[in-house]
Amino acid sequence: MSADTILSFEEAMEKYDPVLGFEVHVELNTKTKMFSSAPNVFGDDPNTNVNEVDLGLPGVLPVVNKAAVESSIKIGLALNCKIAESCRFARKNYFYPDTPKNFQTSQYDEPIAYDGYLDIELEDGTVFRVEIERAHMEEDAGKLTHMGGAAGRIQGADYSLVDYNRAGVPLVEIVTKPIEGAGSRAPELAKAYVAAIREIVKNLGVSDARMERGNVRCDANVSLRPHGQERFGIRSETKNVNSLRAVEHAVRFEIQRHAAVLDSGQPVIQETRHWHEDTRTTTSGRAKSDADDYRYFPEPDLVPVVASREWVEELRATLPEPPAERRKRLKEAWGYSDLEFRDVVNAGVMDSIEETVAAGASASAARKWWMGEIVGRAKTADVDPAELGVSPQTIVELNGLVEEGKINNKMASQVLDGVLAGEGTPAEIVEKRGLAVVSDDGPLLEAIDAALAAQPDVAEKIRGGKVQAIGAIVGGVMKATRGQADAGRVRELILEKLGVEG
Amino acid sequence: MAAINRDDVAHLARLAHIEMSAEELDRMAGELAVIVDSVKSVSEAAGDDVPATSHPIPLSNVFREDVVGHTFTAEQALSGAPDAAEDRFKVPAILDED
Repeated sequence: MSADTILSFEEAMEKYDPVLGFEVHVELNTKTKMFSSAPNVFGDDPNTNVNEVDLGLPGVLPVVNKAAVESSIKIGLALNCKIAESCRFARKNYFYPDTPKNFQTSQYDEPIAYDGYLDIELEDGTVFRVEIERAHMEEDAGKLTHMGGAAGRIQGADYSLVDYNRAGVPLVEIVTKPIEGAGSRAPELAKAYVAAIREIVKNLGVSDARMERGNVRCDANVSLRPHGQERFGIRSETKNVNSLRAVEHAVRFEIQRHAAVLDSGQPVIQETRHWHEDTRTTTSGRAKSDADDYRYFPEPDLVPVVASREWVEELRATLPEPPAERRKRLKEAWGYSDLEFRDVVNAGVMDSIEETVAAGASASAARKWWMGEIVGRAKTADVDPAELGVSPQTIVELNGLVEEGKINNKMASQVLDGVLAGEGTPAEIVEKRGLAVVSDDGPLLEAIDAALAAQPDVAEKIRGGKVQAIGAIVGGVMKATRGQADAGRVRELILEKLGVEG
Repeated sequence: MAAINRDDVAHLARLAHIEMSAEELDRMAGELAVIVDSVKSVSEAAGDDVPATSHPIPLSNVFREDVVGHTFTAEQALSGAPDAAEDRFKVPAILDED
């Protein structure tokens, strides 16, 4: 397959206006499947989480999972959608071994949620509204592994092996309306949109939202039109773009590829594209054709789902605070700068800081600890900061010891080591390791005399008014006391001794 | 008479993965037209006051609680499979799909 010609992104943007559209599939984390009582569990041995319904055996009757319907309604509400008073399921007919029934049970003309929107905040704070067309309920398909041929790809495969554990796992497919006006920020918006969906379903607790496991999967539609033209161009649909970074790259690549096709005077082919992470390019899949004629019809084995307004309001009342609103509230409450807050979010310690503040620390102290000592250690240990094993109480206690002057920052770091090594609470460790700051002036004065005697020239400079030279003396004292002195107090005592005003 | 031509039948046959000869396509085009006409008479009987109905019984919200029930072993699941390998169903590679 020859590589596609592409234009530079900048040139593509000069000439064309991109229009985007996304279909995001969210796997729900219910205990059982959408229409059968088989367990919904990832990673088990092949074909062990199946029963007769999942295998599409003759004469079986599917029954709708109530929890999955409730999760779907919650997703609809979180996306500001209307919830259908009544909706039904439909059969989407196609022949492919990923479904043993030869149809996927989905929704067609009556999705459970429709007409919503989501406000997406881009990195610089710009808010972009994405309109949601619909969110509908359906079931996932089984997993095919292509054997023989090259590297598990279907091209050249000799046969495929099918595991139906995933068949019937509840899915909600979220479809946007065409997204216009994103301009050169289209790739960034694509990434931010999928990130927002992932965050929302995770926050709702309705999905594990792990993209690397396929819990959230994105199909990205891209088309270009000349600036000023209202009619949409012909679109391509890049399938299964399954990481946030890949979504951004895939949209960017397709914009560059479409621009080159249009520039050459050819029409874009309406087709499925496959994303390749290694080369960060897409290749042609299949063209839209007869194969897309799914002959939908109402599912005769399932009766309609009626969502009474009482039920919907009951579910609405259980919704957690939306992630974007929560961030805004916390940022204001903590008084962090934009940059400080963004670093906190990116470091993944926002929840930990919230808990630490709730446990009694000041917002600035909580930030100092989590963004300093703890993030550093987490990086070394290659774990998430929250998983390091430092409780909010530990931070509060540790910070209290420092503020009371019982230990200094350097000791606090050692105390933290002790806590992580399971030696006890901070106070116990201070006691056990003998880490208390030397606050008795007696030993300090002795050490100061020694340090001054050792560096008479420095002492002379300080007497002469060069107070900044004091660092060398303080350093000598700290060394002599093995870091257990309160540096501030040492400084005071030196100045006092030399009769100099600090 | 409903207009069902040979191309319509060929299209449906392809969707349904049914191999049909030229002769069968011709014959079926005629038969399907008759069947479609017969079904049409139902819509003549229903007046404007009868809404389209996908389910004859006025039932809704037949739900199941989210509680794990029975499963098959891989051996049971594969017992009816024409071919299997590595505890999975073995199927021919299908190249014209993604």
